[in-house]
Amino acid sequence: MKTPAELKYTKNDEWVRVEGDIAVIGITDYAQDQLSDIVFVEIVALEGDSLDKGETCAVIESVKAAADVYLPVGGEIIAINESLMDSPELVNEDPFGNAWLIKIKMSDLSQLESLMDADTYQKLERDH
Amino acid sequence: MYTPHTQADRDAMLKVIGVNELEDLFQCLPDKGKFPSLELPDGISEMEALDELQFISSVNETPQELVSFLGAGAYNHYIPAAVDSILRRSEFYTAYTPYQPEIAQGTLQAIFEYQSLIAALTGMDVANASHYDGATAVAEAVNMAYHNFRGKRRRIVLSNAVNPQYRETIQTYMKGMDLEFVGEDLDPEAGPDDLIELIDENTALVLVQYPDFFGRIFDLTKLSEAAHAQKALFSVHINPIALGLIKPPSEFDADIVTGEGQPLGIPMSFGGPYLGLFATKKQYVRKMAGRLAGETVDTHGNRGYVLTLNTREQHIRREHATSNICTNQGLIALAATVYLSLLGKSGLQELAKLNYHKAHYTADKISTVPGFIVNPVQPFFNEFVVHCPAPAEEINQHLLSNEILGGYDLAQVYPSQKYELLVAVTEMNTRAEIDYMVEILEEEYHD
Amino acid sequence: MTEKTIFELSRPGRKGIRFPAPDVPLTDLPKDFLRENLPLPEVSENEVVRHFTNISQLNHSVDNGFYPLGSCTMKYNPKINEETARLPGFAQIHPLQPVETVQGALGLMHETQQWLAEISGFHAVSLQPAAGAHGELTGVLIIRAYHDSRGDTKRIKMLVPDSAHGTNPASSAMSGMEIVQLPSDERGNIDLEALKTELDNTLAGIMITNPNTLGLFDENIVEACQLVHEHGGLVYGDGANMNALLGVYRPAETGIDVMHFNLHKTFSTPHGGGGPGSGPVGVSKELAEFLPSPLVVMTSEGDEQNPAFYDLLVPEKTIGRVKSFHGHFGVVVRAFTYMIRLGKNGLLGVSTHAVLNANYIQARVKDVYHIPYERLCMHEFVTEAVWEDAPGVRALDISKRLIDFGFHPPTNYFPLIVNEALMIEPTETETVETLDSFVDALLQIADEAKNNPDILHNAPTKAPFGRFDEVKAAKDLILRTQLPEEYGN
Repeated sequence: MKTPAELKYTKNDEWVRVEGDIAVIGITDYAQDQLSDIVFVEIVALEGDSLDKGETCAVIESVKAAADVYLPVGGEIIAINESLMDSPELVNEDPFGNAWLIKIKMSDLSQLESLMDADTYQKLERDH
Repeated sequence: MYTPHTQADRDAMLKVIGVNELEDLFQCLPDKGKFPSLELPDGISEMEALDELQFISSVNETPQELVSFLGAGAYNHYIPAAVDSILRRSEFYTAYTPYQPEIAQGTLQAIFEYQSLIAALTGMDVANASHYDGATAVAEAVNMAYHNFRGKRRRIVLSNAVNPQYRETIQTYMKGMDLEFVGEDLDPEAGPDDLIELIDENTALVLVQYPDFFGRIFDLTKLSEAAHAQKALFSVHINPIALGLIKPPSEFDADIVTGEGQPLGIPMSFGGPYLGLFATKKQYVRKMAGRLAGETVDTHGNRGYVLTLNTREQHIRREHATSNICTNQGLIALAATVYLSLLGKSGLQELAKLNYHKAHYTADKISTVPGFIVNPVQPFFNEFVVHCPAPAEEINQHLLSNEILGGYDLAQVYPSQKYELLVAVTEMNTRAEIDYMVEILEEEYHD
Repeated sequence: MTEKTIFELSRPGRKGIRFPAPDVPLTDLPKDFLRENLPLPEVSENEVVRHFTNISQLNHSVDNGFYPLGSCTMKYNPKINEETARLPGFAQIHPLQPVETVQGALGLMHETQQWLAEISGFHAVSLQPAAGAHGELTGVLIIRAYHDSRGDTKRIKMLVPDSAHGTNPASSAMSGMEIVQLPSDERGNIDLEALKTELDNTLAGIMITNPNTLGLFDENIVEACQLVHEHGGLVYGDGANMNALLGVYRPAETGIDVMHFNLHKTFSTPHGGGGPGSGPVGVSKELAEFLPSPLVVMTSEGDEQNPAFYDLLVPEKTIGRVKSFHGHFGVVVRAFTYMIRLGKNGLLGVSTHAVLNANYIQARVKDVYHIPYERLCMHEFVTEAVWEDAPGVRALDISKRLIDFGFHPPTNYFPLIVNEALMIEPTETETVETLDSFVDALLQIADEAKNNPDILHNAPTKAPFGRFDEVKAAKDLILRTQLPEEYGN
């Protein structure tokens, strides 16, 4: 299971890449593996929307399950990954790269402190 | 009985399990209340059961004994013999939900064909495998609109001319959701355009019936445009037989179409089981509750069908599912599928016209009786309102004493309409029956 | 082996059913509303019958063979029920007829309500809900209405065990409740300690299934119900597993306040490939006034000279309608026929033999298939279909291989709390020979899993079709026949 060291993680299997005051958000390799073949990605927010930490920003659907993706940090949505509409399988193939879900301009950088680092997240997985 | 075990079977099985008596299998139940003495009769033979049920059945009066002009949500239509002969195939009726597609292609293909037929009939992109009935289908439309806007829009514009039972069902279903319903206090004579001023930016759904509960056909173009101007969803509830003659709601750009499918080869059966038709536009398919069969291939490349998009459903999403629906109406949907296949394009057109002509003939004839006014401002299909010279209740009593079921007394659901009777006419009403009914009215109310 | 669809069989101009020519003068059709294009198939009657007959033969059904689907109760569907439901006096009556013209139907409904009440110990029963999930929604709405009527509007917390069927939390969510999940203990019962932490004044109630979805009679149920009642909550019972309790134990005894029945499981009405079912709801005396409207009641008892009289009543504090008309009358006739056929002894025989059959299979397989809870089961049991020395073999593979032996697989992957679950419910209508051949197949498959797993991974090979590509179905999303543009003109 890949767990890039430079990212931050949540116990709900989301990852965050911090780029200044922008957070790029996606789901982890572990999550896509659990879901297996992903058939649909629904991003429920629009560019320009302001959402709080913990709100559902996407629903990822496979033949086995439909999982909610919760925002690890709150803020204004500045970009959503539209290529996932036509190619949901990108989430299985490249969960940390091309399958980013949304980019958000963080409203409260202190929310990053409650996120896990890669080591903590990796240890967490075994208890799933 | 239906348990095949002999005493020898039981003894051998108990030995394998490792207990002495059948009662021992229930050790972990509390002693208090175990094996209660039920105050119920002993069992009887099949012959005796049939006898008893035949007697109970004979107490009821059917259209064989009473000429019926009752509609209001359930209709007496002809059911071709081939429908029931297919329904009686035990491969269809003793099978379960098709969770193992390799051994359920009969059921799955039938569902796929049902979906295709309903989509074609309603003019919409996709239909689900059915809801329980028209009322719950309409309630699910409201539910779908609510979830579509994630609870941010709470107004539902609901026509007063939607079947009152459906509106009651919606209220029950949506009680926990804190919605605002508008439109129900309008005059029942109002048309859909009177709803336009009620649509605002907080409106999730605009809902009408077509033909409406009173049988009237309205142009829904303006209303649809008004709904879409506010980005609300537009839902139309239909009568499937009428769609053999009149434009489907897709031509009014409906987002959701619901219907009561009972007229499609399903007996009236004192109210159920019936069939909830539900169809929508492609873009809303994931928001639609209920089962869906989708086409795919097996390992050998054979085309076949499976239940699909089920991760939206309760058994996966649990409390996050937008609806709790588990079943579809299975065998009832099959009946509609066979019925529509048997009638086909020309049969449904023919049937719809027959209903139309008979209803209009009846309306014209009733109008010739003094005091009875049938004054349709709008075109109507097979149902119409008669304004009577006496309370409709009294008219019905008089008709019943002459072995006629007159129609539905509208005062039961619209208290201001004491003198109004909703009369339905189908292909099952012969000219002789219609003339007889009018004769009886004339005798009593000639002046 | 691909069957054509009814649309593919269509040819322009073919006609199936014809109707009589109009015996009335014609009226002008409504010009502004005429439909131009009706894209329905055009096939002859013979072709329709042949088509549906042929596709029916692609199904496995109870009448073909063993169908041990846990929690579905796939028992034999008596044919006499099909006859009685079709009697014209039942099939041809309109639900809005004056009550004096349908006393037989109302009387039958009333008697069915009485039978269900007597069997379960509840005070009153409504036959209106159309299916189990519908009954659940009705029951939760009743609980909510009860609390609201007492001004207890804060009570919106509903406790649901982790072993519950998905419809339980879904029905609660639809009623606006907040769901809190409760774990099960090591014996498969409700975890009382976890329950105790949730007993506050926001508690609306708890939804329990008993026997639970593991097929076990919950040993903590009486105490759980007491605790919930003491803290002002109500208990909802999911009656899906009543096949273990007929004449054995009445659910109301344990303290359940409202429960739904599944006529299409316990009371032998056919599953129909997915419906129609019927989910009547039984309630305690206190909740009777909240039942859905309308309710069938006896307004006069009748005597030697006069029959009893029945009518439809609106309960005082009704939650309202949950569907149109009175419920699935056609299904109720079938269930009623079944009940009077069996009588009280027959009903007891159903449950004792259902439990006997399930324990027999469990006893014969338990050394090879791991049973997570070491107890006598009730009418069904769950096994964890995993073996250390057969890695890569999962419940799905075992299920597909069972198809090659002519059996419908058991329920897979439910309940969620058991890993690779297979839930087996034989029902009482099966012979010991059938059970033995099923056990033999299971044992052989266990052996194949270890020594020849490919046979499982490639299964089924003896069914009309092989495994289907579900990912393709979800991606391509072809949900109807594709029709050419001009079709239907």
